[in-house]
Amino acid sequence: MSMHYFANPTHFTRLAGRIQQWAGGLAAGLLIAGLYLALVVAPADYQQGETVRIMFVHVPSAWMALFCYSFLAVASAVALIWKHPLADMAAKASAPIGAGFTFLALVTGSLWGKPMWGTWWVWDARLTSVLILFFLYLGYMALWQAIEDSQKAAKAAAVLALVGAVNVPIIKFSVDWWNTLHQPASVLRMDGPAIHPSMLWPLLVMALAFKAYFVTLLLARMRMELNLRRIRALRLADRTS
Amino acid sequence: MFQGQGIACDRGERRIFSDLDFSIAPGGAMVLRGPNGSGKTSLLRIAATLLGAADGRLLWNGSEILADIEKHRTRLHFVGHQDAVKGALSVWENVAVWADIRGAGDRCVDAALAAFEISHLADTPAQYLSAGQHRRVALARLVASPAALWLLDEPTVSLDAEGTACLRRVIADHRAARGIVMAATHIDLGLDDVELLHLKLP
Amino acid sequence: MKPLISIIARDLRLAVRQGGATLLALVFFVLTVTLFPLGVGPEPAILARIAPGVLWVAALLAAMLSLDRLFQSDFEDGSLEQLVLSGLPVGGVVLAKIIAHWMTTGFPLLLAAPFLAVLLNMNGEGFTALMLTMLIGTPALSLIGAIGAALTLTVRRGGVLLSLLVLPLYIPVLIFGVSAIDAAVHGLNAKPHLLLLAALTVACLPLCPWAAAAAVKLSLD
Repeated sequence: MSMHYFANPTHFTRLAGRIQQWAGGLAAGLLIAGLYLALVVAPADYQQGETVRIMFVHVPSAWMALFCYSFLAVASAVALIWKHPLADMAAKASAPIGAGFTFLALVTGSLWGKPMWGTWWVWDARLTSVLILFFLYLGYMALWQAIEDSQKAAKAAAVLALVGAVNVPIIKFSVDWWNTLHQPASVLRMDGPAIHPSMLWPLLVMALAFKAYFVTLLLARMRMELNLRRIRALRLADRTS
Repeated sequence: MFQGQGIACDRGERRIFSDLDFSIAPGGAMVLRGPNGSGKTSLLRIAATLLGAADGRLLWNGSEILADIEKHRTRLHFVGHQDAVKGALSVWENVAVWADIRGAGDRCVDAALAAFEISHLADTPAQYLSAGQHRRVALARLVASPAALWLLDEPTVSLDAEGTACLRRVIADHRAARGIVMAATHIDLGLDDVELLHLKLP
Repeated sequence: MKPLISIIARDLRLAVRQGGATLLALVFFVLTVTLFPLGVGPEPAILARIAPGVLWVAALLAAMLSLDRLFQSDFEDGSLEQLVLSGLPVGGVVLAKIIAHWMTTGFPLLLAAPFLAVLLNMNGEGFTALMLTMLIGTPALSLIGAIGAALTLTVRRGGVLLSLLVLPLYIPVLIFGVSAIDAAVHGLNAKPHLLLLAALTVACLPLCPWAAAAAVKLSLD
């Protein structure tokens, strides 16, 4: 069965619908388990107290922020090189999800920062990089919005995604470089000593829950996009016949 | 010999035309006819490699054009809806710049201006020209640097009778030198021995 | 090579004939820098402290504002498709236009920067580094900006979008540029920062015209 079997919208929609149900169930189950582990089972930190529990949302969100951008870049490359129609859709569908996770990482980071650093925001290298990543997502989505012809928009957005992907490590490096030059003395580092297993487990379960949630949402958005295109095509056929 | 085989074109998720074949021999001319929206401009842009065809092959003397796009571009002139004339440059400069970029130098610029009867405007900044004079400047580029294939999209728009006559003479000379012309026009250019290609609405 | 020089010459001639538009980026640069003493106060020590950052941020914005001149007018009057059809590699055409753009925007900024540094009371040690970072860094601004300018060609009123696309990509140039001047001002070695900036520009040199060419071809499709 070749990839082109799934390029057929009907095959894809059927399969995606089935996977989406499973992934949705998995996400719900993992999220409940993860939240139980994170909020009830995991011990409070002896230094940070209960606020450490923000980490169980913050860290997986930050991972997903990067994961989604990588997914976006790979999907864009596939779309540009092999011109696979579903790749464009996957890239387009993943961007708002990634932006959402990035935003969540920023907000939870800020909430965590208040008790830890006594301020809502510090220009810490990681927070700054994530903020810039958020801008990259916004730019990508804005470009999709701005170009009316969806095929042109797809190609332009794919070029931008690849340019962004090349730049993400450079930006990250430059921000680290900048941060070491301007390191404020009072800032605690987020990665303290090696993480205790009682905290590692909830973190991993939450990370998996987020991944499953991503798959669910991605497939839902792709199916929606396919249906929208079908409606557009029908309207067009209606108008010209 | 310029050929297209089974050319198809998609615009905005819909197919404009498909399975289009054409063949133009050296010295030949093909005029595209059809209502608005039938894909005349799209076909010319595909022939100019500005637009990718959804299907089919383009051949020049039997060899695949897409295998060496840049080579194909050097042997064609494309005059589209826009004149690519800069108001800040004089008429002479406007023609010379393109001849220069295409590697022909400015040897033929004066002859090109003469062919379209705009020699007297040579030093006038193009911003003071009328629409028809603009068009003549754009068309003068055809003569200023040599190219075997001319792709003309509504070349007579805003030209007066004298301008159209200039164009007719220039095309005749081009064909006499075994050049090929593919043009979309609504009016009869008065060319001899023209092949018509009728495009229909999808 | 010669046709590429013809393109550069054409763009330069157009820029000279339309003189006012070319100088706007420079005027913007000067004006923005002038706003800072008015905003933060005339205290010489504070101005000296923020001078490198202010100069680079203003240069960044000035370069960005001038980007719409890079392809937009050629796109609108059909010159861009003629350039693509000239038979030259599109990446080469784009590079030629970027060079012309730098000569008419980046280079004037470079010339104006030391005078503005004097106005901001910047430490004398920093001037060489300032000129070097401007010389090495402003070409990267034109190169990276070309991608954004090409991607937004088909967008009506794409100015705001352009800034959203381009400014995040400018961040490394800003960081390495300012850190080099800061290092020099504080009597430290500016060389590692300058080398990183140079590496960035050198990496942009083949990659950006290629990506911008892909976007230009797309806009004509």
